[in-house]
Amino acid sequence: MNINLTLFGQMVTFAFFVWFCMKFVWPVIIEAMEERQKKIADGLDAADRALRDLELAQNKATDQMKEAKQEAAGIIDQANKRANQIIDEAKQQAVAEGDRIKAAAQADIEQEINRAKEELRASVAGLALAGAEKVLEASIDEKSNRALVDKLAAQL
Amino acid sequence: MAGENPASTTEYIQHHLTNLVYGNHPENGWSFAHGAEEAAEMGFMAIHVDSMAWSIGLGILFCLLFRTAAKRATTGVPSGVLNFVELIVEFIDGAVKDSFHGHNKMVAPLALTIFVWIFLMNLMDLLPVDLVPELLMLAGVNYQKIVPSTDPNITLGMALGVFILMLYYSIKIKGTGFISELTMHPFNHWGFIPINLFMETVGLLAKPFSLGLRLFGNMYAGEMIFILIATMFAAGAGAGLIGGGIHAQIFGEQTSALFWLAIFILVCGVCGLNLKGKISTGKTVLLCMVFMALGGGLTALGGGLMQWGWAVFHILVITLQAFIFMVLTVVYLSMAHEDH
Repeated sequence: MNINLTLFGQMVTFAFFVWFCMKFVWPVIIEAMEERQKKIADGLDAADRALRDLELAQNKATDQMKEAKQEAAGIIDQANKRANQIIDEAKQQAVAEGDRIKAAAQADIEQEINRAKEELRASVAGLALAGAEKVLEASIDEKSNRALVDKLAAQL
Repeated sequence: MAGENPASTTEYIQHHLTNLVYGNHPENGWSFAHGAEEAAEMGFMAIHVDSMAWSIGLGILFCLLFRTAAKRATTGVPSGVLNFVELIVEFIDGAVKDSFHGHNKMVAPLALTIFVWIFLMNLMDLLPVDLVPELLMLAGVNYQKIVPSTDPNITLGMALGVFILMLYYSIKIKGTGFISELTMHPFNHWGFIPINLFMETVGLLAKPFSLGLRLFGNMYAGEMIFILIATMFAAGAGAGLIGGGIHAQIFGEQTSALFWLAIFILVCGVCGLNLKGKISTGKTVLLCMVFMALGGGLTALGGGLMQWGWAVFHILVITLQAFIFMVLTVVYLSMAHEDH
C-alpha cells in the first residue's frame, strides 16, 4: 500500500486512454448514432406524410367519384329528356303527316266527287234529253230545250 | 493454498495483499521486491508492475472493444458489439447531459473512459482470488494483485488526473474568479481571507482524495472479503473427510491439480447434461454440491457457496463504484465550469 511511481504511471495511462477515447471512439459512435436518429426521424416523418397524402388522395378520389356520378345522372336525365322530346316531336310529325295525308285524301275525294258530279251532270242532261225525246217521241228542238235541261242539271 | 505454502492465515492474506513491485532498492538496486518489507524499503522509486500491467491491459481491451464498434458504426441497423457499445455510450451520454451543463467536448469521452475502464478493473475482482496468482506462481511470479482498483496508486492516480482537469478548467473558465472563489467565498470580507482560503483549499483537495479513496476502499474491502472466505476454504484442508474431503484423504497436504481437474470435469458434465435437459436443475445443483463436498470437504463447499454469494452481491458494488466515480468526475468538472 505504498504510494509510489505507479501513481504517475496511472496518470499517464489515464491521460492516454482518455485522449484515445476522445479522438477515435466517442465522436465516431455519437455521430453515427445521431445520424441514425435523424434518419429514423426522417423516415417516420415520411411515413406520416405518406399517410396524409394517402388520405388526401382517397378524399380526392371520393370527390371525383361523386362528381362523376352526378355527371352521369345529369347525362342520363338529359338523355331521357331528349328521348321524350324526340318522341314528342315524332308524334307531332306523325300527327301532322296524318293530317296532311287526310287533307290530301279529302281533297282527292272532293275532286273525284266534283268530277263525278260534272260527269253526272253532263250525262244527266243527255240522258234526260234522250228520255224526254223518247217520251215525247217527237223531235223537240234541241236548241230551245237545252237551256232548260242544263238549268235542271245545275241544280243537282 | 497460495504460493510458497504460507504457514498461516495471516501470511496467506498478506501474500494476497502484496503487489509485484519493481523498484530501486537501497541495497539491491533496481530489482523486483521479495516481499512487502523490501517493497516498503524501495520507497517512492518503485512501480507496481501487476497493477500497471492489468490496468493498461484492461485499458487496451476497452480501446479495442470500443474502437471495433466505432469502426463498424453505421447509420443503418446496429448489431452485435455495436449494440452493446451504443447502449453504454447512450447511458453515459445521458448521465453527462444530466449533470454537466457547460460546453466541453472532453467530458463525455472522459466519463466513458472512466466508467468502462474502472468497471473492467473492478471486474477482475470477480475472478477467483487464487486463480491468477496461483497460475502465475507456477510461472515463477511470486506476487500478483489482479484488481488494479484495490491499489490506491491507481485510484488516486485517476483522481489526480481529474483534479488537474478541475484546476485547469477552473482557471480557464473563471480566471481570477477562481481566486476570489477560494479567498472570498464563505465570508465575503477581506479580513476572513486566510480562513476562507484554508476552508476552500481543504474542500477542494477533499474532492480528489474522496474520489480516489472511495473507490479504493470499496474495492479493497470487497477483495478482502473474498480472501477471508478463501481462508476458510484453505483452513479445512487436511481435517479429514468432513473438512478436506477425499482430496485430503488421498493426497494429504499435497496439491493435486489432476484431482481438481477430475472434479471440474464431473461438475461440467453434470451442468452440460442439465442444459441438454437430461437431469432436472434441482438434481444438478445437488450433484455439483456433492462433488464439491467430496473434493474439498464441507468447509470447501461452504466457502465456495459464500464466494459465489459475495460475488453476486459484488457485481452490484463494482458497477456502482464505477458509476459513482464517473458521475462525481462529471459533477466536479461541471462545478469547475460554473462561473458565478
